[in-house]
Amino acid sequence: MSHTLIARSFFGTTMGFHIIFATLGVGIPLMILAAELLYQRTGDRDYSVMARRWTKGFAVLLGIGIPTGTIAGVQLMLLWPGFMTFVGKVISLPFQIELYAFFIEALFMSIYVYAYDRLRPWQRIASVSLVTLGAMASAVLITNVHTFEDTPAGFKLVDGRIMDVHPWQAFMNPSFVDQAVHVAVSAFMTGAFFIATIAAYKMLKQRDYIRIYTFHRKALMLSLAVGGIFSVLTALNGHETAQGVAQWNPEKLAAAEGLFETRTHAPLAIGGYVSEKDQDVKYALKIPGMLSFLAGNRFDARVKGLNDFPRDEWPPLFIHVLFNGMVGIGFLLLALSVIGFIWNKILRRPAFPKIMMWGFVASGPLAILGIEFGWIFACTGRQPWVIYRVMRTEEAVTGAGHLAGLFTLFLAVYIVLLIAALLVLYFLFRRHPVANDLPPSSGKPESL
Amino acid sequence: MHIADATLAVIILWTFIFVYAVAASIDFGAGFWSMLYMNRGKLGASEMANRYLSPSWEVTNVFIVLIVVSLYSFFPGANDILGSTLLLPGSVILLLLAFRSAFLVFSHSAVEKYRRVLTVISGMSGVMIPALLILVLPVTHGTFIHAVNGVKLLDFSTLFMSLSFYAFTGFAITNTLYLSSLLLADYARVAGDQEAYRVYRKSAIGLGPFTLLMAVMIVVALQNDADWLFLRLQGNFFWLLLAVFAFLLGYLALFYSKKGKAKPGVPRASVVLTIVQYLLAGYAYGKAHYPYIVYPYVTVAQGFTDPNTFRALSISYLIGLMLLLPGFIFFWKMFMADHRYIRADKDSVDDRGNK
Ligand code: HDD
Ligand code: HEM
Ligand code: HEM
Repeated sequence: MSHTLIARSFFGTTMGFHIIFATLGVGIPLMILAAELLYQRTGDRDYSVMARRWTKGFAVLLGIGIPTGTIAGVQLMLLWPGFMTFVGKVISLPFQIELYAFFIEALFMSIYVYAYDRLRPWQRIASVSLVTLGAMASAVLITNVHTFEDTPAGFKLVDGRIMDVHPWQAFMNPSFVDQAVHVAVSAFMTGAFFIATIAAYKMLKQRDYIRIYTFHRKALMLSLAVGGIFSVLTALNGHETAQGVAQWNPEKLAAAEGLFETRTHAPLAIGGYVSEKDQDVKYALKIPGMLSFLAGNRFDARVKGLNDFPRDEWPPLFIHVLFNGMVGIGFLLLALSVIGFIWNKILRRPAFPKIMMWGFVASGPLAILGIEFGWIFACTGRQPWVIYRVMRTEEAVTGAGHLAGLFTLFLAVYIVLLIAALLVLYFLFRRHPVANDLPPSSGKPESL
Repeated sequence: MHIADATLAVIILWTFIFVYAVAASIDFGAGFWSMLYMNRGKLGASEMANRYLSPSWEVTNVFIVLIVVSLYSFFPGANDILGSTLLLPGSVILLLLAFRSAFLVFSHSAVEKYRRVLTVISGMSGVMIPALLILVLPVTHGTFIHAVNGVKLLDFSTLFMSLSFYAFTGFAITNTLYLSSLLLADYARVAGDQEAYRVYRKSAIGLGPFTLLMAVMIVVALQNDADWLFLRLQGNFFWLLLAVFAFLLGYLALFYSKKGKAKPGVPRASVVLTIVQYLLAGYAYGKAHYPYIVYPYVTVAQGFTDPNTFRALSISYLIGLMLLLPGFIFFWKMFMADHRYIRADKDSVDDRGNK
């Protein structure tokens, strides 16, 4: 592997690992908030128990989310000094503001966890709201740097020198709003489905013990409601995001859809793989005109193909698979929550069939996979640029060596941490089964 | 105008480093004491350390990110040289930090059987972090940097063989343990836990002389390895003298006994005076180091960011500070000043806030 490729894989691995915990760090506080609010509204102690149990699990996840995030932040400077020099001059604002978001999250997280019993109900709700807000803001702000890489703005390059810098223009770069919303809503969706996974799994295991079963069913219904709402928003906003890509990074969209020739009535290719030799997407299902419609809202919109761009500026063609994977997962989860809603609220069936339950069990891991696909698509699809048409990735990389050895070391540590976290979670909840936490009977009669 | 902005930026950066130096010393030190006294069966003292650590480590961690981000936002011109020289030591610090934070959190949630080993890993990696972090200072003195094909790298063999290496790491470890034992002594006194107070006061009394000795070693090491800095430091002799004075006063406050108090010592005064000593010594060192970020390669003015960006950053600091201040005050009230928390009223919360 070349030096740059090792650095890319190294950083990508760090991010791919951080993002699992970071996304849950955005999504789970929202679920805790929802449970706290429901507890205040209904007086049903089960929701309070949920909030506390999720908080315990979340605290363990933080133990990895925070150090890996710190690693990511420092590694940017260690691995990509060229990029960070540019960032420091033009787009350091979001990094700075993100720190306030971190402080808000850290302060109120500790207050919520360690001062729980000294807080009044409204103070609890305010604390969790601030944790959620802080986590969401940190996701939005880091995404801001990422959108700047896709659509740089707010500066001029004169003979390679950065001039005329407007930090707020850089901040409000054209793709910011769409993508920030996309990251936030997809994280909320992922947090909800992650809870759905656990609840559905427990329901399958605890069929006989009705008290525990109903506890988990309430958790499942809550997570399906939240997950459903946010999957709709993710899909709607994903469409906006894709139109942004068509407008600002046309070669990324062309590679994602395997479109070689510029044309109107361009088809949308689902599945298959992109073959440069055949100038086509092999084994794909093609919907005529759909890509034109998605990109430009009309079937005769012109979509640019890869052959309009110099060959050395093409992104890798495998991003088609990642894009398909993300969108596929999005629609699958959307369908799952809509069918669940119809089944429960419209057909008024009390229990879900087994196959749907297993679908719910799969939903959390699938959502996380969607996040991974989405980000790797976004970062790899930007290649060969680290800042689109301004700086190439090779220009950004560090001059220091030893990267392969360090990469191996970090990878080993990530694996150890992951295994340790899973074991800790397993023992934590086995030692404190939900039965111990539940009040003798739930306050209200069940309504389905 | 340009220079003035850059100077302001370096003052802000230095303030963050100062705050982190104090907060991190206490944080990493508390992790170490919690481990040590757990293994020695002094559970009250161990518990006291945990009680401080649990809510605060996350907030402290944000400060290290704050320093890194401020560094690359204010002085992007230093990124190249810092990125390449610090790649290896920085990576080791990151890995230790990952183990430290993760296992600290895990040890709170783990079953009894594994709690001990997790605490030992996090406690030990915790004290190694300050020792490595402080090495950034000798790296910026320039002596240990060499260029290979135009890339500035760290010359590890010279660094490891130098007096600077031992003086700085020793200084970091003794200071971490000294300051944290002072703070925990104070915390224990607020909690009214006489046994824990006795333990931490004793640790502080034992560590004090070594702390001073290591500071003297640093001055000797500078004379050896960074002549330029040593000469400039002589110009700030007055501030160093004041620092030593503050340190000694703080140490003596451990022995001062008020009439009517059963146990001698005014730990609150020791903590404050020791922090004042950090401030004075830090000021002297920073003034001597200025205007170099990395001697002699990058100065503050050469590394400085775009002036517009600096202006936007400064405004964001002011707004951020105003927004966050109430949060910090509330946090302080909940954990540092609320006797119900520090004393752990048994009927209200256990150490993790569980009923
Ligand atoms: C649960 C996760 C998830 C799901 C179901 C979806 N997305 Fe997504 N998507 C992300 C999670 C995500 C992400 C990980 O959050 C990304 C990576 C970068 C970004 O801004 O968001 C992303 C990026 C991303 C991009 C690339 C932006 C860029 O590279 O500049 C596009 C075009 C879409 N998404 C479009 C969609 C569409 C049309 C979806 C249809 C349902 C969809 N996404 C579902
Ligand atoms: C959090 C989820 C993310 C994941 C999983 C991810 C993944 C990746 C991957 C796989 C690469 C290597 C790309 C390649 O060489 O093909 C990469 C590179 C990179 N990413 Fe991301 N990324 C994420 C978020 C971000 C964000 C938010 C930023 C903005 C600060 C960012 C900035 C970069 C940079 C600077 C590089 C290196 C240069 C380059 O290869 O373009 N990434 N990332
Ligand atoms: C879009 C992808 C990202 C999201 C959604 C995200 C979100 C978060 C969240 C919610 C946290 C809080 C800890 C937790 O809850 O686990 C966190 C921590 C952190 N993240 Fe990320 N992050 C992302 C990418 C990045 C990148 C690219 C960097 C580095 C440049 C980074 C740097 C950090 C740092 C330094 C922390 C630790 C903060 C602390 O000390 O409290 N994150 N991230």
